[in-house]
Amino acid sequence: MSSLIKFKIDGAECMAEAGTFIVEAARQNGIYIPTLCNMPGVKPKGSCRICTVRINGRLMTSCTTPVADGMEIESNSNDIKELRKSIVELMFVSGNHFCPACEKSGNCELQALGYLYQMMVPRYPYDFPNRGVDASSPKIIKDQNRCIQCKRCIKSIKDEQGRSYFAFRNRGNHLEVVLDEELAATMTDETAELAMKNCPVGSILVKEKGFATPIGKRKFDHQPIGSDIRV
Amino acid sequence: MEKLVKQTIEKYGSDPNRLMDMLIDTQEQFGYIGPEAVATLAHGLQLSQVDVEQTITFYHFLSTKPRGKYAIYLNNSAVAHMFGRDAIKDAFEREAGIRFGQVTEDGLIGLYDTACIGMNDQEPAAIINNKVFTRLTPYRVREIIRHMRLGKSLDELVNESYGDGRNQHPNLKTMVSSNIRRKGMILSDNYVMGKVLREVLPGISPEAVIAEIKHSHIRGRGGAGFPTGFKWEFCRKAKGEKHYVICNADEGEPGTFKDRVILTEKPELVFEGMALAGYAIGGDEGILYLRYEYRYMKDYLESVLQSMRFQQLLGTNIGGIEGFHFDIRIQFGAGAYVCGEESALLESLEGKRGEPRDKPPFPVEKGYLNQPTIINNVETFATAVRIVENGGEWFTQFGTEDSTGTKILSISGDCMFPGVYEVNWGFNVEDMLDMVGAYDVQAVQVGGPSGTLIGPDEFHRTLGYSDLSTGGSMIIFGKQRNLLRDVVLNFMEFFIDESCGSCSTCRNMPQVLRNKLVKILNGKGVKKDLTDLREWSKTLLASRCGLGQTAANPIVSSLKNFRHLYEELLQKDIEFDEGFDMKASVESSCKYVGRVPKFHH
Repeated sequence: MSSLIKFKIDGAECMAEAGTFIVEAARQNGIYIPTLCNMPGVKPKGSCRICTVRINGRLMTSCTTPVADGMEIESNSNDIKELRKSIVELMFVSGNHFCPACEKSGNCELQALGYLYQMMVPRYPYDFPNRGVDASSPKIIKDQNRCIQCKRCIKSIKDEQGRSYFAFRNRGNHLEVVLDEELAATMTDETAELAMKNCPVGSILVKEKGFATPIGKRKFDHQPIGSDIRV
Repeated sequence: MEKLVKQTIEKYGSDPNRLMDMLIDTQEQFGYIGPEAVATLAHGLQLSQVDVEQTITFYHFLSTKPRGKYAIYLNNSAVAHMFGRDAIKDAFEREAGIRFGQVTEDGLIGLYDTACIGMNDQEPAAIINNKVFTRLTPYRVREIIRHMRLGKSLDELVNESYGDGRNQHPNLKTMVSSNIRRKGMILSDNYVMGKVLREVLPGISPEAVIAEIKHSHIRGRGGAGFPTGFKWEFCRKAKGEKHYVICNADEGEPGTFKDRVILTEKPELVFEGMALAGYAIGGDEGILYLRYEYRYMKDYLESVLQSMRFQQLLGTNIGGIEGFHFDIRIQFGAGAYVCGEESALLESLEGKRGEPRDKPPFPVEKGYLNQPTIINNVETFATAVRIVENGGEWFTQFGTEDSTGTKILSISGDCMFPGVYEVNWGFNVEDMLDMVGAYDVQAVQVGGPSGTLIGPDEFHRTLGYSDLSTGGSMIIFGKQRNLLRDVVLNFMEFFIDESCGSCSTCRNMPQVLRNKLVKILNGKGVKKDLTDLREWSKTLLASRCGLGQTAANPIVSSLKNFRHLYEELLQKDIEFDEGFDMKASVESSCKYVGRVPKFHH
């Protein structure tokens, strides 16, 4: 299966194994395409839409589309960047994201993308939705104000029988991610830590612990998101 | 309860892929799916409870709370409103003594809004415990509620005569009318059941069937218009353990009801089409995915399937062809427009939330249970039978070069004769309006809310894949209608309710656009708001499925074709208005503290 194919991203010649998802293929060629809902090792679902690129005039998500021989991908053009910025802004106004008071500040991928796309103030009016905080489980706080419904926790946090700790509830703009009461009662510390780590924002927090890494020494405090990939 | 739910799980072989059936059965048995039932299902299927709940809470007709002994779902489509829905709603609330969204204290009656139930030609209409009540009036509402309180059975509540045609069939007996106003090859009376399966198929190979379909140039009748012959060919060639034939009868586009009529009047034609497709692609299992709004057809359609089995038109060695086995089961949805999108439909078929899948892979390669699958519209299967019966060449004489054959239109709104009309493709809008008796027309919504709103200067345009493409929904609005308030806003709220919520764009943007439209309707709009609507809506094009990509269409197409309606509402000589209404915002707190604030401008 190791057949290398050629493709182009914004005119740059690239190579990757056939069947690799574009986002990964780009990474292998030193090109960063932003992601939020995507996670290595978990089947992609293309729900945040931030990795959208244009192929043959069509908008496609690069986390779910495999590269093909001769494919020409438009990723860093002005209008794709503008589209991504508008999606980031839309996420900010649709939840309640107050970065200075958030435990995840500096480690938050949404915040980091806000900086990357130089979002000063969202173009859309704030919705200020009335959302709750669920602190009923022994290990975890689930803050619905900050959730961007990316599904990472739903897909990646399972018990030994393969059952999901997290799941969606409702649909449309009433959609929320909830924690299973029964399973949460016996959740281990390791699982709780992993759930918090896998959350791209500050919606899943481990209880009785905070600011272990001080502000100023966090992942995106000195380097913008994606700088580990760019050559 | 636990015992009964366990029996339900066993009935469907403890297969999580059949979760939808289990949930529907439980909902119908108890009127809701409570915590105990959820726990039993979760333990029986090795799922977490939130995992079971995420499927329940996705579907409009499933509920974790009791919905009332009589659950009344009143259609809230734009056309229902045009035909007096508000008066019906008031009557229900007054008689029941509760608001919509509530259940009476004695648990007898629950009132709910619901999206278009496919009865636009006989509104206002409601579904009560799976029975459809059409042409409601305040008097009937009073009577219905009174009869419920007297403990009358559901059958006793239906005291009207049954509808036309096969709506009177002993297994159907519904007051729904088919309202067929024009017949073509599909609705024609000259269809002889089984002729194609018995007389044509023994003489031709599956490849030859596909060749005829390709030669006919038929394209999918659901709206997207993919060439049917190619779809069947791709599927036939795709490798898999099993190939599936799925009929998409999740007719959810507001204003569409032709599939209801085809399935009522010509179900044999549809099922024969599915069997024919099974022969062509090499599949032996067919599933009719039917929207829950049409649950009233269940017994009737099951009886049709049974009678076709008796006649060896389904089952084994169909039509006497050795080795041609095919059978069909009916799978119900539970109230979700997005499940009309084929990959969302597949998810629903597998017992999950109806969230569209990422493509590629396409269903012809990896569809139901990851096997090669074709999904076609009800009308497409029906048409395929006539094509194979008469030949692809014969078919091309109908319609136009790029849109061959006939199309069944569901026509509703302001006209004399709403109903179902089968016309040749290439029909123009002007002729259509004259055909149905529509006068003083302000606008026509072609293809439902996800389609286009056109005005008189475009009535010369023709119906077809290269001009006005439509899955069949045609809604006519007279001059007396307020298009922005009564139509565009209604359509936007429909999309907000029906988004699956998976994509960040479609989950959030329609609400932003709707709020801006409301701002304009409230007289707070400025010129920049129109630019914002147009520009912001583009973000939706990055959504995964057709629902998300077209969710701004009501605004985009009305802004393009009826811009003056927006401009009339804008404030003059003012560049900016945040749209914030201080008085309204502090109204409730003022009420409690008994104080009236002073406003300084």
